[in-house]
Amino acid sequence: MRIWDLHTHFPTSNGLASAEQRAEKLLRCADRMGIERLCLYMGFPWSQDPSPEKFRADNDQVMSVLKKWPDRLLGFVYVNPKHVDPSLAELERCIANGPMVGIKLWVAQHCNTPEVKRIAKRGHELKAVVFQHTWIKAGENYAGESTPMELAELAQGLGGKPIICGHTGGDWEKGIRAIAPVPNVFADLAGSDPVAGYTEMAVRELGAQRIIYGSDASGRSFSSQLAKVHGADIPEAAKRLIFAENLIGLLGPIMREKGIKF
Amino acid sequence: MIPRRDFLLTTLAATASAALALHGEASSTELIDANVWLGRWPIRDLPLAEPAALAAKLNANGVTRAWTSSFDGLMHKDIAGVNARLVESCRAHPIFEPFGLINLTLPRWEADIAECAKHRMRGIRLVPAYHGYKLDDARFVEALKLAASQRLVVQISCVLEDERTQNPLMRAAPVDVSPLAKALKAAPGARVMLLNWLQSMASKPVLLTLADTEVLFDIAMLEGIAGIEGALESISAERLCFGSYAPVFYHEAAKLKLRESELNATQLTAITHENAKRLLFA
Repeated sequence: MRIWDLHTHFPTSNGLASAEQRAEKLLRCADRMGIERLCLYMGFPWSQDPSPEKFRADNDQVMSVLKKWPDRLLGFVYVNPKHVDPSLAELERCIANGPMVGIKLWVAQHCNTPEVKRIAKRGHELKAVVFQHTWIKAGENYAGESTPMELAELAQGLGGKPIICGHTGGDWEKGIRAIAPVPNVFADLAGSDPVAGYTEMAVRELGAQRIIYGSDASGRSFSSQLAKVHGADIPEAAKRLIFAENLIGLLGPIMREKGIKF
Repeated sequence: MIPRRDFLLTTLAATASAALALHGEASSTELIDANVWLGRWPIRDLPLAEPAALAAKLNANGVTRAWTSSFDGLMHKDIAGVNARLVESCRAHPIFEPFGLINLTLPRWEADIAECAKHRMRGIRLVPAYHGYKLDDARFVEALKLAASQRLVVQISCVLEDERTQNPLMRAAPVDVSPLAKALKAAPGARVMLLNWLQSMASKPVLLTLADTEVLFDIAMLEGIAGIEGALESISAERLCFGSYAPVFYHEAAKLKLRESELNATQLTAITHENAKRLLFA
């Protein structure tokens, strides 16, 4: 079964200094787990509210390893909607004129805002995959952290173009409910505990064609996240969609345009 | 790592069905799962909540013995009744080894430990975060002593649900294990295993906090890529045990962790069953 991982980051392990060393460790583990391709985003150290200089440096780190493993790694450009014009310029540098194929939006600013909409729309013009982190925390979200409810609001203004709900809100039973009525929202399974029933509920409420496997490695293990699909009581055809086919469907147009074989 | 074309020819073909590979891996060795639960998990209907279904899953994934407690003991006050029903369930499905749940805040909790010994249990399980005490509580030290005198292993389940997703009426912070080393010094002979532990549950990383003790650790909530390899940078393989936290977690998560880290045969044997057996018979 083909497995593409929507959601990975550089390892932060001790002794791994360079981007190349970190990517090599990530790929070595992915090899052991049968994962064919990894979407990689954000550099190191992490910044929740990066300046344009910082997100450009992050993206340079990612692009440096794309060169070495162009057939294993896919880069998403990390931007900050608080700096919308530099962010849009970064889309031109890294996607329109560079090797990247997607956009990563994290926690700098809530996503139901005009700035995020501008970034998402330009991303769609470039055929890029747009990924927005979301969480619903029992305590408090970060100041700029989006919820799946806010993502659903954003998605309704995107003319039906796809957007990915990162982590499905973490509190996935709520997240699935929030995005279910908005058919252009895809659910990312990554980055929460491998709680049994998660994937079954997502398939029941969203349909397998709207769910994408991701790990959030290296903070998470590949194992706990792969188990959400391997261990789910769903048809094999649904597993194929979730593990690779849905993501390939989203990435296919931009990969073909860039001549990336898959 | 390998280029994609070679990857496709080798790794992908070999793992065409990870589920089948899991079964194949499981059949080659003994596997003791130290972290299994029966009973009702209060906040969610679990797909494998029924003992027969869970036993079948564990069997299919190669588990030979599952150390099991009952979630009913989280809230029920008739702990003796909870543990008696657990024994019955385990008798009906011999893959399960009963570990009685003990609530140290109830009157005469000592009698519940004695009852576990009468049931010929091999261990007890504590959930301090849900029963409302800390590990510097005098009752905890007494429980360690009493368990040691009855030759019962003590498991401490440190986290049952991610704090970020808990019901506001059922909040439980991870157990602070900082006092554990001191408690163990006061209870010689106590044999302790941490379940569902996080590195952040002490003032410094948990593995360093307890490095000088003989406490064992399960792998159910061990995260990060190649997490077992990472843990082995701080402790030896003799300190880790296979634990899945099934049926709350997909059982495959723990199984796959054995593959994600590069482990030699000795380390695998230790983690999958030898350490757990050594703990029982120490």
